[in-house]
Amino acid sequence: MRRLLILLPPLGWLLLLVAAPLLILGLIAFAEAGPGVPPFLPPVGWAGGPVWQGSLESLGMLLADAYYLESFLRSLLTAFLTAALCLLLAYPMALGIAGARPSWRLPLLLLVLLPFLTGFLPRVGAWIGLLRDGGWVNGVLGLAGVGPLRLLYSDLALYLGMVHAYLPFAVLPLATALLRRDLSLEEAAADLGATPFTVFRSVTLPLSLPAAASAFLLVFIPAAGEFVIPELLGPPEAQLVGRVLWGEFFQNRDWPLAAALALALLVVLLPPILLFQRLGRRG
Amino acid sequence: MRRVGLACGLLFLWAPILLMVLYAFSADRIPFQWGGVSLRWFVALAANERMREAAFLSLRIAAGAATLATLLGGLAGWALARFGPFRGRALLGALAGAPLVLPEVVTGLSLLLLFVLAQGAAEAWLGWSPGRGAATILLAHATIGLAYVAVVVQARLAAFDPSLEEAAAGLGAAPITVFRTVTLPLIAPSLAAGWLLAFTLSLDDVVVASFVSGPAGTTLPMLVFSALKVGLTPEINALSALVLAVAALAAGLAGLILARRANGAG
Repeated sequence: MRRLLILLPPLGWLLLLVAAPLLILGLIAFAEAGPGVPPFLPPVGWAGGPVWQGSLESLGMLLADAYYLESFLRSLLTAFLTAALCLLLAYPMALGIAGARPSWRLPLLLLVLLPFLTGFLPRVGAWIGLLRDGGWVNGVLGLAGVGPLRLLYSDLALYLGMVHAYLPFAVLPLATALLRRDLSLEEAAADLGATPFTVFRSVTLPLSLPAAASAFLLVFIPAAGEFVIPELLGPPEAQLVGRVLWGEFFQNRDWPLAAALALALLVVLLPPILLFQRLGRRG
Repeated sequence: MRRVGLACGLLFLWAPILLMVLYAFSADRIPFQWGGVSLRWFVALAANERMREAAFLSLRIAAGAATLATLLGGLAGWALARFGPFRGRALLGALAGAPLVLPEVVTGLSLLLLFVLAQGAAEAWLGWSPGRGAATILLAHATIGLAYVAVVVQARLAAFDPSLEEAAAGLGAAPITVFRTVTLPLIAPSLAAGWLLAFTLSLDDVVVASFVSGPAGTTLPMLVFSALKVGLTPEINALSALVLAVAALAAGLAGLILARRANGAG
């Protein structure tokens, strides 16, 4: 009885505000767009009994129009490159944290995580100020006799913003795993005559691979649906799924198409999400 | 070598942030251009009524959402950590974890569709037409915050032996006494950290809020986002410096709470 009192409020809340919305989303993806408010016809109507009046038009459009397929490919590529770049930067950082004096480790880790908690928008704003034409970076480049270059609204700005935003996500699992690792294995390898690089390549790196996979996915999954950074920093042609969905919903008011895009994004991201959760349980 | 990697990474993370804070005190009309030390953009910000209203709305939503998230997330984390295998555990775990992995656009759109249907139902059956705005944003943010609090609380409880609670119960303490004297002190730091986390997440969200809000609810991030679409203004620069300071303070506080407890326990 006591258990039920503890369990029911969060479970009821989650059923209503997580499970039900996702089910509705899946249903509306099959609805037909219409001029009313809300701008769609429910896929199941009522005429003495439930009647199917949905359509496969929106979902079919995703396959028929190359624009949508391209946006998915572009999103996956962007998320992949962002995650790979984050991993490349995060690995030495995590090694640095794990190798620091014990009293330094937590403050260093907090220093990495703090930017994540200080908000996306201020940081994106900072990049706009730094990269715009005649901005700070172009000023510095000008002193060196370079430029001015068109930096803002480019792929460079997009990736700088993405990596800057998601880097803390990648450092955290790597640093935790490297802090927990058994140093005696590395000492044994070194005692047996392995050079520091060989120790790293044959012991440290293989043992940290599951954490590296977690770090990669922790960046890849949210990056694939990212909207704010491509919109504010990226080139206009970087029509990633998040942006396309936003446009269909807010500009074109095509709710069924937006729902179909969301549903497709979920399906595409399901394998990495499940893999991430499996890695989490093992760790 | 390791130190160089760490130093470069930290420089990359912090340089844009620190430069932004520095230039918030510049008098120049163009952001990121030095024109002497001045507080004029903070003064301009304080005088901007739309900004003030949006900030006040965001703070109220964040406080309410964080409080709801802490209550519900605390219960969810407790059930996940302490109830052993029970029917519905996998469902609770999956639902509580979903907001952590779902793309923001999916969370936002799905919640909006729910709210629209609920509005329709309320109008048809109750003759009551609640608008979308602060209330719907609060519900959405509480749901996202719940997921984070549940993870933090569950991890905290999982690190502790349930025998502590069992011992208290074995010595004759009533369930409520066990909760008050053993469980609550154990999870209090993670509840506090979870509240702060939910608060900062709510204060930072623009995507979900844009989807579920109506014409009446413009939060501070929504205002900043539409301003940034045109470009960075010195006022937004000053505001960002302010937001950074508040968020850093809150996050640092949360980190200190967790670190002190971890050291005390270890």
